[in-house]
Amino acid sequence: MANALAQHKPIDEALPWKTRMRFGRLLIYGPLCVMAALYLMPLWVMVVTSLKPLDEIYGGSFIGLPQTITLDAWRAAWSEACIGTECTGLKPYFANSLLMVIPAVVLSTGIGAINGYILTKWRFPGANLVFGLLLFGCFLPYQAILIPMARTLGLLGLAGSIPGLVFVHVAYGICFTTLFFRNFFVSLPDELTKAAMVDGAGFFRIFWSVILPTSIPIVVVSCIWQFTQIWNDFLFGVSFTSGGNSPMTVALNNIVNVTTGRKQYNVDMAAAMIAAIPTLLVYIVAGRYFVRGLTAGAVKG
Amino acid sequence: MSTLEIDRVRKTYGNLEVLKEVSISIGTGDFLVLLGPSGCGKSTLLNMIAGLENISGGEVRIAGKVVNELSPKDRDIAMVFQSYALYPTMTVRQNIEFGMKIRGISPAQRDKAVRAAADLLQITHLLDRKPSQLSGGQRQRVAMGRAIVRQPKLFLFDEPLSNLDAKLRVDMRTEIKRLHARLGTTIVYVTHDQIEAMTLATRVAVMKGGVVQQLDDPQTVYDRPANVYVAKFVGSPSMNIIPGKIEVEGGSATAIIDMANRQAACIPGIHLSSQAASKYAGRKVLIGIRPEMFSVGNGPAQGAISIEVDVVEPTGPDTLAVFQLGGVEVTARLPPKQVNARASATLAVDRSKVVLFDPDSEELIN
Repeated sequence: MANALAQHKPIDEALPWKTRMRFGRLLIYGPLCVMAALYLMPLWVMVVTSLKPLDEIYGGSFIGLPQTITLDAWRAAWSEACIGTECTGLKPYFANSLLMVIPAVVLSTGIGAINGYILTKWRFPGANLVFGLLLFGCFLPYQAILIPMARTLGLLGLAGSIPGLVFVHVAYGICFTTLFFRNFFVSLPDELTKAAMVDGAGFFRIFWSVILPTSIPIVVVSCIWQFTQIWNDFLFGVSFTSGGNSPMTVALNNIVNVTTGRKQYNVDMAAAMIAAIPTLLVYIVAGRYFVRGLTAGAVKG
Repeated sequence: MSTLEIDRVRKTYGNLEVLKEVSISIGTGDFLVLLGPSGCGKSTLLNMIAGLENISGGEVRIAGKVVNELSPKDRDIAMVFQSYALYPTMTVRQNIEFGMKIRGISPAQRDKAVRAAADLLQITHLLDRKPSQLSGGQRQRVAMGRAIVRQPKLFLFDEPLSNLDAKLRVDMRTEIKRLHARLGTTIVYVTHDQIEAMTLATRVAVMKGGVVQQLDDPQTVYDRPANVYVAKFVGSPSMNIIPGKIEVEGGSATAIIDMANRQAACIPGIHLSSQAASKYAGRKVLIGIRPEMFSVGNGPAQGAISIEVDVVEPTGPDTLAVFQLGGVEVTARLPPKQVNARASATLAVDRSKVVLFDPDSEELIN
C-alpha cells in the first residue's frame, strides 16, 4: 500500500490538477458517447431506412443517409400494407390498441388507487396478507396464466374480443398499480384521514377531495407504466385476440413476417416507428413526473 | 350545555388492555388536560371521544348523549391534530371551509364564518396560501381555525404544540388559553408536557398505564399529588421523595429522616389526620418535599436540616442545590448565591406543604 502511494506521487506532482481533471472528464465522456451511439444505432437505422425508397435500401447501405427522402413507406405502413389477407395497413389495429389501452390504463390505475387507499388508510384485519398476495402477483410470469385466463375469458364470453383483452390487462396490472399507490399513500399521515372524518367526509369524499389531489405524481407514474406495458404487450394480444380485433403489436408482427416478393424493409421500419411513437410521446410529455413519482414512492415507501 | 362524561371506558386490542375502566367527568366550559407519558393511553382516549377508535366497554356521553355508536361527524366535535393535518392541496380558506362545505352550508355563510375565524386567529392575510407556504405557528392557527368554524360542543386537541419550537410553544399556549376564555367551549387537551397541563387546565387527569392516577384541578394535583407517580411527573425539578418515618407526640406528627453520619433530621408539625396519625405512628413513610419548599435557614433552629451541598446549578432567578438526604439525592430551589458547592448549609422546610406517602402502596396519606 505504502509502495503504491510512493509510486503515484511523482505523477501527481508532474501534472497540474486542471489537466488531470480534463483527462478524467475525457475518460468519462468518451465511453459514454460510444455507448450512447451504440444504443441509438438501431433507432438511426429505423428512421433512415423508413425514409428511403426500397431500391435504395437494396442498392446501398443500411446506415447511410437517404439520397431521396420519401414518406411512401410510412403511408404504406399506415394504410396499405397487407396483414394476412387484408391490405388495410396498421390504421385499424392502431385504433384497436387505443381502444384497449385507454380503458385498461384508466381502470387499472383507478382500482390500484382505491386499493392503495384502503390498504393504508382503512386497514382491516388481514390487510397485510392481501397486500402480500397482490405483491406476489407482480412476480407471476405471463405464460403461467395464459391457459387459465383463456378458460376464464371463454366462460365470461369475452374470448377473442378487445374488452376481453382489457380485462386481462386490468387484472394483471392491478398488482403493480396497487403497489405504487400503497407505497405512496403510506407516506401520507393518517391524521389527514382522521381530520377529514371529523370534518364529516366519508370514504369516497376523503378519497376524491383529500387523498387523490395529493397523488398526481404517482398517478402519472402508474399511467406511464401501465400504458407502456399494455401498449407494448404482444403475448396477451396474440393469445387472446384474433383477426380484426388484434392490437398493434400483433399486426406489426404480421406485417414484418408475412411478405410476398421482396422484403419491404422501409415499410417494416415505418410500421415499427408508428407502433413506438405513442409510448415515446408519453415519456416526453410526462417523463419528469415519472422520475419524481418513482423516487417519492421509493424514499418514503 | 356541553358536558363530557367518560364512564368506565375500556379499550382492548386483543388481549392487550390499554385503557382500564377510565372514568372522567367534566362540566361545560372546562378545560380538561389528559397528561401522561407516551403509551399511557391518553391519545387513544381522545380518539375514542372523537369517534376515531371504537370503544371496547363503557360509555362516552357528550352533553348527556351517549355517542358510542355515532360517527365522528355526528358527535359535534372538532379536533386539532399534532401534525395539524391540513389538506396539502387546498388553500387555507378551502381547508377551513371543507367541513362546512360537506355539511351543505351556503357559500355566503361559509365566507362569513371563515372571515370571523381568520380575524380571531389573525390569519386573514394567509387565506389564499397553501399549507406548504406557512410556518409551523401559522399552520397551527389554521388547524385551530378549521376547528373553530365548526362551533362544536367539544374541542379536542392532540398534542397541538409538540411540533413547535420552544419560544413559539409558549406563545401558542397563551393563544389557546385566550381562545378558551373567549369561546368558553369545553376542551379536552392531550399532552405529555406538565407545564402545558398546569397553565391551561381547569382539570387535569394524570394517566399512567391506561389508568387515571388523579383527576383534580392543577393546583391540587401539584400540592396534594395522589401518589408518588403523580408527584414525580408534575413539577420540574420533580418532587423529592425521601424515605423516613413518622413519630406522633401529643397531637403533632414529626417526620424523621435518617442521615448517614449526622444527627437525624426532624421536620415537626406535619399536618396529619388523627386517623392517619394513629395508623402511621412510628412507621416508615415516604416524605414528599418540593424543591421550592426548602429555604436557607439561619442556624440550628427547630426543624432545620443541616446538609452538605454537592452541586449547585444556577438557573438565573434561582439556584438549584443538589445534596444527599435520607440516602437519596435531593434538589432544593434556593435564591441565588446563598449556598456553595461542597460546603455545609442549613435548610428549613415549609412544613405546611410537606406530603406523606405510604411506602408500600405509594398512595398519598391524608
